Amino acid sequence: MSVYSTSQFKNGLKILLDGDPYNIVENQEVKPGKGQAFNRVKIRNLKTGRVIEKTFKSNEKVEAADVMDTEMQYLYTDGEFFHFMDPNSFEQFEASETAVGETAKWLKEEDVCMVTLWNNIPLTVEPPNFVELKITETDPGLRGDTSGGGSKPATLETGAVVNVPLFVPEGEVIKVDTRSGEYVGRVKK
Amino acid sequence: MSESEHWHFKGPLKLLNQRAFLMAEIRQFFAARQVMEVSTPVLSTKGNTDVEIEMFVTDGLDVENSQAFLRTSPEFFHKRLLASGSGDIFEIAKVFRKGELTALHNPEFTLLEWYRLGFTLTDLFAEVCELIEHLNAVMQARPLTFKTCSYQQLFESYLGINPFAIEVDELNDFCTEKGYVGSQLTRTEALDFLFAVAIQPLMVAADGKSLVVVVYDFPIEAAALAQAHPVYGDRCLRFEILWDGVELANGYQELTDAQEQLERFQQDNKARAQKGRDQLPIDDRLIAALAAGLPACSGVAMGLERLLMCLLGQQQIQDVMGFDANNS
Repeated sequence: MSVYSTSQFKNGLKILLDGDPYNIVENQEVKPGKGQAFNRVKIRNLKTGRVIEKTFKSNEKVEAADVMDTEMQYLYTDGEFFHFMDPNSFEQFEASETAVGETAKWLKEEDVCMVTLWNNIPLTVEPPNFVELKITETDPGLRGDTSGGGSKPATLETGAVVNVPLFVPEGEVIKVDTRSGEYVGRVKK
Repeated sequence: MSESEHWHFKGPLKLLNQRAFLMAEIRQFFAARQVMEVSTPVLSTKGNTDVEIEMFVTDGLDVENSQAFLRTSPEFFHKRLLASGSGDIFEIAKVFRKGELTALHNPEFTLLEWYRLGFTLTDLFAEVCELIEHLNAVMQARPLTFKTCSYQQLFESYLGINPFAIEVDELNDFCTEKGYVGSQLTRTEALDFLFAVAIQPLMVAADGKSLVVVVYDFPIEAAALAQAHPVYGDRCLRFEILWDGVELANGYQELTDAQEQLERFQQDNKARAQKGRDQLPIDDRLIAALAAGLPACSGVAMGLERLLMCLLGQQQIQDVMGFDANNS
C-alpha cells in the first residue's frame, strides 16, 4: 500500500477514501497564524463522478489509489459488459456500462481506447479523439450539393447520431471528433 | 523561460507607491499618538516555542552559540523594551516563518506590531479598528462594516455550538460532518479546523461592503502570551481581527507573570516534542524582563501585506508583493 503526505497534494493526484478512488481537483492550504494547518481539497469520485469537499490535517498520510491509465483495444460487448484487451500483455478486462458511459456510442471493434484501471477494474473508458464510422442511416443526399450550408442527422454504425453536410450519403465512412461529437470529414477508401 | 529572466518586480509599479503611502500613513497615525517607532534584532539566539510556527535557523551570533533564529515576531524584544521603560512603541518588522507559502502566506512578511501601556484588550482593538478605518478612508477602498463578537458568540452564531461546553468526542463528530478526514483531533485542533474551514469563509458581508470582525476571548489553550480571563478560567484576553474572513491581526492583553509565561513555554516545547518538532531554546531574557516588571499593557501584530491586499481588494498576498518566495 502506498501513501501520500498532504505536502504532496496537487491536482490530478489519485487518493483512496472510504474504499473509493478519488482525483484531487483543487488543493488549498489553510494555516491560522497560531494554529494547526490543514489541506482543504475538492476531490472527484472516480466511480460516480461526484465532487466533494474534504479537509485533512497537514502532514497526515492518505492512502494512494492504485489508478493507472492504459491503452487497450476494444473487442466486443456481450450486452452487459464491454470487453477490452491490453495489446502488450493480451490480458482481457470487462468494463461495466457505468464505466463506459457515453463512450459506448463511439466504440468500434479494434479501436484503441484509454482505459483507467483501479485494482484491475476499468473505472472509465475514453474513446480515441477521432473515430472513423460508417453511416447506417440518413436522408438521401442532394448529390452535387457541396456548397455547404445545411446539415442533416446521420446515424452511425455504433448508434451515435451526428450532424453531417447534406451531400453525405448513407453507407459513407466519416471521421468524427469524439470530444465535440462533430463531423470532421469523409474518409476516402 | 530561464530562472534569470524572472528578475523584474511582478505586478504594477504603482504597488510600490501604494505600499509607501500606507507606511507613511501608519507612521503618521502613531506619531499623532506619541507611539515611538523602534527597530529590534531580526536574529536571536533564543527561539519562539509556538507549537504551530517553524523558525528559520542560521549560524550562531557568537562563539557560545552554534545557531541563531530568524524572528517570527518582534514581541520578545518589544517586551524587553517595555520592561526597560521605553513607553508606547511600534515596529514595522520583517519576520520569517518557515514553510508558510500559500495564497495568504509568504515565508518572509511584514508585521506591524505595537504596544500600548495601560490599554485593556478592548482599548487596543478599538485602536486597531480606528487605524483600519483611517487607512481604508485614505486609500479610498470599499466601505467597511465593523462587527465585534466573542469567540463563543462566533461559534454559536455560525455553527450553533458552544466551543467551551462541547465534549471533545462530540466536537470530532461535528468536524467529520464538516468534512474533516483523519486522526482524532485535540480540542484545540478541532476548534482551529472549525474556525478556519467552517467559519472564516462565511465571514463576508452580503451588501458589497468589506466586513471587519473583531473576535475576542479565545480559549485559554490558545493564550500564548495573553493573560487568562479574570472571570472565565477557560478563556484568555486575546483577540483576532478578520477582514472578509482573512486573519489580519492578533492581539493580547499581555501576560506579565514570569512564572506562568515560563510554564507556557515549557508546555509548548512538550507539545512540539509530541508532534515531532524541534524543541527551541526558551528566551530566558524575556522571562527575566517579565520578572523585573512588565508594565500593564496590550499589544497587537498585524500582517501588513494582508492589510494592503484587503485594502486593494486583492485575493492573494502575492498580488501585492512584487517580490515573493517565487522570485526571491
